[in-house]
Amino acid sequence: MIQKSYTKQFITLFFVLAMVFLVSIGLGSVAIPIDEIIAVLLGNNSSKSSWSTIILHFRLPKAITAMLVGSGLSIAGLLMQTLFKNPLAGPFVLGISSGASLGVAILILGAGIFGGVLTTISLSSWGLAIASSIGAALVLFAVLITANKVRNTMSILIIGLMFGTVTSAIISVFTFFSNADKIQQFVFWGFGSLGNLSWNEILIFFTIYLIAIINLIGIIKPLNSLLIGENYAKSLGINIKKNRNIILLITSLLTGVITAFAGPIAFIGLAVPHITKLVFKTSDHKILLPAVTILGAIILLVCDIVAQLPTSEFTLPINAVTSLIGAPVVIWLLVRKKKIYI
Amino acid sequence: MSSSVKNSIETKNLHIGYQQKKSVLTIQKNINIQLYKGEFVGILGKNGIGKSTLLRTLTGVQDSISGEVFIQGINIQSHSLKELSSLISLVLTERLPESQLTVYELVALGRQPYTNWIGRLEKKDKEKINWALEQTETMSLANRHFNELSDGQLQRVLIARALAQDTQIILLDEPTAHLDMHHTIKIFKLLKKLSKETKKTIIITTHEVNLAINSADQLILLTDKEVVAGNKKVLIERNSFNHLFSSEIVNFNASLEQFIVTKEL
Repeated sequence: MIQKSYTKQFITLFFVLAMVFLVSIGLGSVAIPIDEIIAVLLGNNSSKSSWSTIILHFRLPKAITAMLVGSGLSIAGLLMQTLFKNPLAGPFVLGISSGASLGVAILILGAGIFGGVLTTISLSSWGLAIASSIGAALVLFAVLITANKVRNTMSILIIGLMFGTVTSAIISVFTFFSNADKIQQFVFWGFGSLGNLSWNEILIFFTIYLIAIINLIGIIKPLNSLLIGENYAKSLGINIKKNRNIILLITSLLTGVITAFAGPIAFIGLAVPHITKLVFKTSDHKILLPAVTILGAIILLVCDIVAQLPTSEFTLPINAVTSLIGAPVVIWLLVRKKKIYI
Repeated sequence: MSSSVKNSIETKNLHIGYQQKKSVLTIQKNINIQLYKGEFVGILGKNGIGKSTLLRTLTGVQDSISGEVFIQGINIQSHSLKELSSLISLVLTERLPESQLTVYELVALGRQPYTNWIGRLEKKDKEKINWALEQTETMSLANRHFNELSDGQLQRVLIARALAQDTQIILLDEPTAHLDMHHTIKIFKLLKKLSKETKKTIIITTHEVNLAINSADQLILLTDKEVVAGNKKVLIERNSFNHLFSSEIVNFNASLEQFIVTKEL
């Protein structure tokens, strides 16, 4: 009895994902008919060779990046909300995104101030990715060490916020001493971007994403027991420390790699888990994890479609679009439902 | 080392308290108790006397200062967390985080020590869950979200979760703290009945002294002087109840077998 089936919802989600994916590839400054898109995606030639190039080298990598970023941030957000028993938690609160930003700030802004080697590195896109990964990893490392010294999860949440504040402050200091050019370059990175990845970079992205997902499958049961609090979870035989470290590791891997390749994308990590919980009306991670994965991919694809301002030459910053679309949606859902859950 | 397996819980010269970096804060000393299968046990004492500390020490959540705790004849420290999860289940006072778990899902979490890596419920698990829901008369609530329940209903659901965990021992920390008289008595009756029918050892901490005195098989009294355990008769003979509270406000009346307020308020 009682075990609800979610097959219908999942079929709908997959269908929507496929549609949004095709639309995302079809739209852009050059309009490409849908049958041509499907032909190219299936490995055939399109009637214009430029269409194949546009799809395979620009739009497909961008759509895949959008899906990885959207689902990765949503998973990270869900994990944080469950671990911290706090609906406000998200990948940003641990300070990991700020750490990544700091890495990039040191590289871009530091190049202007200190010059030398930094200038050479800051000109390559790989330099940025590596710098933000190191920044994210360092903050993660600091959080992991403190997490093992502090028992209380709320304290870790606050420590994460403090790390975020400190890194933001350091960035402000760097900004103060930088010239307009460098500040502009840093601000542009902060807008977020899904379109700059080569297939090689996507492969690295996907590998790290996959490692995180594999670890995720093993902690579904502990995650569900954490829903009733750490003391009950412990009495059910769950090793809290070990599982907490796994959760922090997965979150940091995902947030680190995403910020490295796509910039600090706001809102998704906080909002998608809430939208999913409101739609599915469950707290069971067996359902929630796959659901946020698909819904996160859909929502970021939609944001990307909007950002491209269909048929125009301009592209809006993705980071602005995610907040502009997402925040009102969440506010509307909450006002209507009146309650927010972890 | 090992003691009789008829004992569910036994302590030997147990000192409880908190171990800080350099100092040791001992709250109660020389606790020697033996709790048996099928017993309904009440832990009584005024606020701050160490009831919850004792409960936590008995479950292994907190280390003792010295002395030993035996669970079914084996030292608690030799049990792994995993083993303990099939020996002791808990009902705590802390509020559950706000989630969308249904009553059924909440009770089903009690099966975690027995389910596979992803928590799949087999036939036996479902039978245990249904049995626990029936015992606590919460079957009709199964599809509701737990956060819609009244305090009395929620308490019965939490007891169902502990029952589903299928342990010899159930410890409850102030299970009637937020309940009115009617629901308090209902919970006491339920726990007493469960201890008799399932032969489980059910231990509660409570401030409902009169109810506990007249329903528990064994009482553990935590006073400023000492910790004493025994049934009602023995404790009355030894005048132990007189040390529970300071006597100018409440007094134990031996002939009525209950505490009464000394003067008009």
